[in-house]
Amino acid sequence: MEYPLDFKQYSDALTRNKLLGLKCRNCSTITCPPKMTCQECGGSELRIVELSGVGEIKTFTHTFVAPQGRECEAPYVVVLVELEEGPWISGNLIDISPDRVNMELIGRKVELGHKVFPGDCYSSGPAARPLFCFKE
Amino acid sequence: MRKVAVLGTGHTRFMFNSPKTQIEMLAEAAMDAIRESYLKPGDVQAIFCGNVLGDFTEGQVMLQSYFADDIGCWNVPANRYEGACASATMAIRDAFMWVASGFYDIVLAGGVEKATSMGTSLATRTFSMGGDSRYEYPAGFTFPGLFGMLAHMYSKQYDVPLTKLKEQMALVSVQSHHYGKKNPNAQFQKEITVDQVLNSFMVTSPLQLLDCCPFSDGAAAIVLASEDVAKKLVPKPVYIVGVGQASSGRVSSQYKYLPRLRAREISVKQAYDMAGLQPGDIQICELHDCFSIASIIAVESLGFAELGKGGKLWEKNETRIGGRIPINISGGLKAKGHPIGATGASQVCEIVYQLRGELRDQGRQVEGAKIGLVDTLGGDGTVINLILSAA
Repeated sequence: MEYPLDFKQYSDALTRNKLLGLKCRNCSTITCPPKMTCQECGGSELRIVELSGVGEIKTFTHTFVAPQGRECEAPYVVVLVELEEGPWISGNLIDISPDRVNMELIGRKVELGHKVFPGDCYSSGPAARPLFCFKE
Repeated sequence: MRKVAVLGTGHTRFMFNSPKTQIEMLAEAAMDAIRESYLKPGDVQAIFCGNVLGDFTEGQVMLQSYFADDIGCWNVPANRYEGACASATMAIRDAFMWVASGFYDIVLAGGVEKATSMGTSLATRTFSMGGDSRYEYPAGFTFPGLFGMLAHMYSKQYDVPLTKLKEQMALVSVQSHHYGKKNPNAQFQKEITVDQVLNSFMVTSPLQLLDCCPFSDGAAAIVLASEDVAKKLVPKPVYIVGVGQASSGRVSSQYKYLPRLRAREISVKQAYDMAGLQPGDIQICELHDCFSIASIIAVESLGFAELGKGGKLWEKNETRIGGRIPINISGGLKAKGHPIGATGASQVCEIVYQLRGELRDQGRQVEGAKIGLVDTLGGDGTVINLILSAA
């Protein structure tokens, strides 16, 4: 059974600032990032849809200790965002002064861009990742 | 299904920069466990071994096979379990099932890790491999980062102001160090204060250094046997009376439940149901306090506190000896240390010592404890629970 939306297709689309997800023909739930089956009902009849990339920050962390190879990125802000269409995805938040990273971020509206993680010796190639900035 | 007992235990000291190899550490713990069981290595029919990062720390895979040979368990089946920080508990649960089924009578289970050989930078990288490598790591996810996000979500969702939550979290670390000081196997044998926690450097907000468990080296092992065998060998076997295990997807896919970890609720219910017990029956608990907030989240899903109220247990000293539910009287992952492949076996050893009443000399015996719970978390949400009973 063919994977409905593989990582390469998802990541390639993200490099064009297009966020792809999967809509379930059975329950209409959107699964994003993609999986083989619907994250709500487990159904396998899914079709690719383009999502708005607009959502709301649900939580965040301001990371000062970075993994090997990513020290120059620290400090950076990681967020979990609830998309308008329902699913949550993770990404980075830019456009914010480090001294203003606090609980008031939760609930802020954001929109999606991207940045490519070039990969390291433990990655199977580069990966586009969501990069969020404030919408309002 | 047959009743399964824990016979002997073995536990190295947990530490930074162990001079020993993983096989040497695990061999020491295993031989102690075998001898304490009044057995010889040749009596062991199979080995179940937790180890996560031997590939990175020593350039060694297949550790389980060389370990079996090293201790004279020649040619027995030896399996390595990788379940991130829950690897050894996963190994023990499988070992339990093989004995319960009647396939084996006597097996060895345990785990080992030598994480400090990597240094903080590579260790942070390799530990993050327990998260989703394609959809979450590219954003810079680290394990403390995941729990930092859960802490902020917890504060928001349950309306616990972050400053208040931070104080509760600090109390978790302070208690762990209090008991770690009494545990000769602990990596940190010193007290800390709330002020020290709140003034330590920020790792990933809101987690500061002393909210986080250390990287550690160490090993632990146990011998499991059928009830018939156990009764012939040791006067007071401790029994595994309930087990549970559940998995989860990447953290973003768990959005309906966060900051709860749904896998824990499913896993512990399996264990409670199998044992015919309830949270109120548990008299001692070793739970997965990889970060201070993790303890507060865990006690709620294990049934010891209402949602949003977990931190109050530490505020009221309910988690200390003499409290309603003594937790991590070993010092926990925070002070005892967290050699990830060994942690679950260490937790089981600690519960066994408590149920046998062996910790009076160390000043950390929970008097009269007969039923204990083990809780171990691996990655974004594999949870394994074991319930042990003195009878």
